Amino acid sequence: MKIHEYQGKELFRKFGLVTPRGLPCFSVDEALAAANKLGGSVWVVKAQIHAGGRGKGGGVKVAKSLAEVKQHAEKILGMQLVTHQTGPGGQKVRRLLVEEGADIKQELYIGMVVDRVTQRACLMASSEGGMDIEEVAARTPEKIHKVFIDPSSGLTDADAEEVPRKIGIPAAALEESKELLKAFYRCFDATDATLAEINPLILTGQDRVIALDAKLNFDDNALFRHPELVAMRDLDEEDPLEIEASKHELSYISLEGNIGCMVNGAGLAMATMDTIKLFGGEPANFLDVGGGATAERVTAAFKIMLANPQVQCILVNIFGGIMKCDTIAAGVVTAAKEVKLSVPLVVRMKGTNEELGKKILADSGLPIITAGNMGEAGQKAVAAVLGKSGRAA
Amino acid sequence: MSILINRNSRVLTQGITGKTGQFHTQTSRAYANGKNCYVAGVNPKKAGESFEGIPIFENVAEAKKQTGVNVSVIYVPPPFAASAIWEAVAADLDLVICITEGIPVRDMVHLRERMQKEKCRTLLLGPNCPGVITPDELKIGIMPGHIHLKGRVGVVSRSGTLTYEAVGQLTELGIGQSTAVGIGGDPVNGLKHIDVLQMFNDDADTDAVIMIGEIGGSDEETAAQWVKEHMKKPVVGFIAGVTAPPGKRMGHAGAIISGGKGTAQEKLAVMESCGIKVTRNPAEMGKLLKSVLR
Repeated sequence: MKIHEYQGKELFRKFGLVTPRGLPCFSVDEALAAANKLGGSVWVVKAQIHAGGRGKGGGVKVAKSLAEVKQHAEKILGMQLVTHQTGPGGQKVRRLLVEEGADIKQELYIGMVVDRVTQRACLMASSEGGMDIEEVAARTPEKIHKVFIDPSSGLTDADAEEVPRKIGIPAAALEESKELLKAFYRCFDATDATLAEINPLILTGQDRVIALDAKLNFDDNALFRHPELVAMRDLDEEDPLEIEASKHELSYISLEGNIGCMVNGAGLAMATMDTIKLFGGEPANFLDVGGGATAERVTAAFKIMLANPQVQCILVNIFGGIMKCDTIAAGVVTAAKEVKLSVPLVVRMKGTNEELGKKILADSGLPIITAGNMGEAGQKAVAAVLGKSGRAA
Repeated sequence: MSILINRNSRVLTQGITGKTGQFHTQTSRAYANGKNCYVAGVNPKKAGESFEGIPIFENVAEAKKQTGVNVSVIYVPPPFAASAIWEAVAADLDLVICITEGIPVRDMVHLRERMQKEKCRTLLLGPNCPGVITPDELKIGIMPGHIHLKGRVGVVSRSGTLTYEAVGQLTELGIGQSTAVGIGGDPVNGLKHIDVLQMFNDDADTDAVIMIGEIGGSDEETAAQWVKEHMKKPVVGFIAGVTAPPGKRMGHAGAIISGGKGTAQEKLAVMESCGIKVTRNPAEMGKLLKSVLR
């Protein structure tokens, strides 16, 4: 689960990190009131969406008067903010963060993820903050310092002292940096975060270290023990089809193509998408119906796939194990009739009760295209789309 | 021979009284020598009772003492699964297979640290995996037993149904399997591709291996390097997720391309450069394996 920057900063402050003072706003009036309340003469108006690259997309503006605060708030609120992470359609801005301006002497970077090789949390720090950190990691990996944290002791004093030195923090700010790093790890650990980033972490003219940004992603599997985090969820930022899918315990992700796929198992679902691509088509989605699909869930899956106007064909690929092919076949027939399916349907079924399942499909009277293996299924789906539109994707 | 499990394994089910644990204990018991292998269950609240003739004990240590179990399979719900794994590890079993999906990553980080610090010798398979099967001997997990055929090809995979797909293709071609292992789709887990490949390399009854990977992490690359330097048997491979976009988690918690790392193309290229024959068509995994059999 992702949260907004202002929510991340609220969490950071609870754990003892320093951030600029700021207030979340939902309207231009609130933005003006926030600037007044904060006082001072420089403010930053920041679009709050769940995607990075907001500055480059025009979603972060510095205001040097209240009139400018108003002007920026009017412009940013409601805009479709396009960044490299939003896709070409962009994301509508519904919330702002108005903050006091900061005196930036130097921009640094810190981040934390769980490293799969060492199976520990990994603190990453760099003197090259503010810009695209992935670029820094790729071009000059020596500028990213890494510390792997022992979960039983947490971030040690020795590491918390060494890292700031390595990224060029001056002596005057070392003590504060050490505390900040330790708080950063405590926050990561206590919230079951899967990713935490402060980019940039800044050094001010007075040698203070402040978190100018906050990015936090949490482990969905751990949300059961964090009602306070669940309360921060903003459904406006999520794909409505993905939300609908999660209600039916379906794992669904929208993609750009035109062949909808329904598969059991995440690996087989990815492999099915790859097969479509291999034969010149483009998948419209990833959809894993899971191990215990019922006719209702299959119907829900069909409705979700067809809610995407791009879809011109549906490919069902099931390897029945615990899940029986006849159950799926019955679900597919019910769903196809209920939604009055108007696009070609290609079905490949294998495994438990395969013959029974195939008979149900054949007896249904529906124009279902069957396939013997997943390669053939991919080919037939791509051909069906070509027949319809004259092009694969 | 085979790897990890065989007809002489003595198996304990943790979570035997839950719906999932009951169902899979029943079907696993009905497969090959399962009837003799499943000898114990654990549920502290139901100690002294039994499930279809399998005695239930208060804890793993007690079950081990009474029945001599050496392998445990776990169907405990996610919030309690990590401590269930620890209980089995602390009882010094040979192998713990955790089927449970959805365990918080942090629980696994703490568990793995503890296993390492206390120098536990117990092997962990999973979590979030289908389990392991040695055809015609023993099935521990949720895979459909009937698609398997006894033989001499090893299968190792991060994904459940994709493992079945590979096994199904092999069986259709008349090629049997020595052992099929699902290592699971979580980012922090136990046995990895490299560990299972080492076991297949040492197994006198395995002639070749199919290795199936997914986007995310670098386990496949590490394993490929090892194959290049040490493997004496042919290995073929497939990686799922060529079409997966970066930053989107594809069902498995581990299946995500982050920071441009862990793409399918990158993994396939490394595998090929290490002498592993790969296919980009998942419908041809079986055929590809057949082509390398000597």
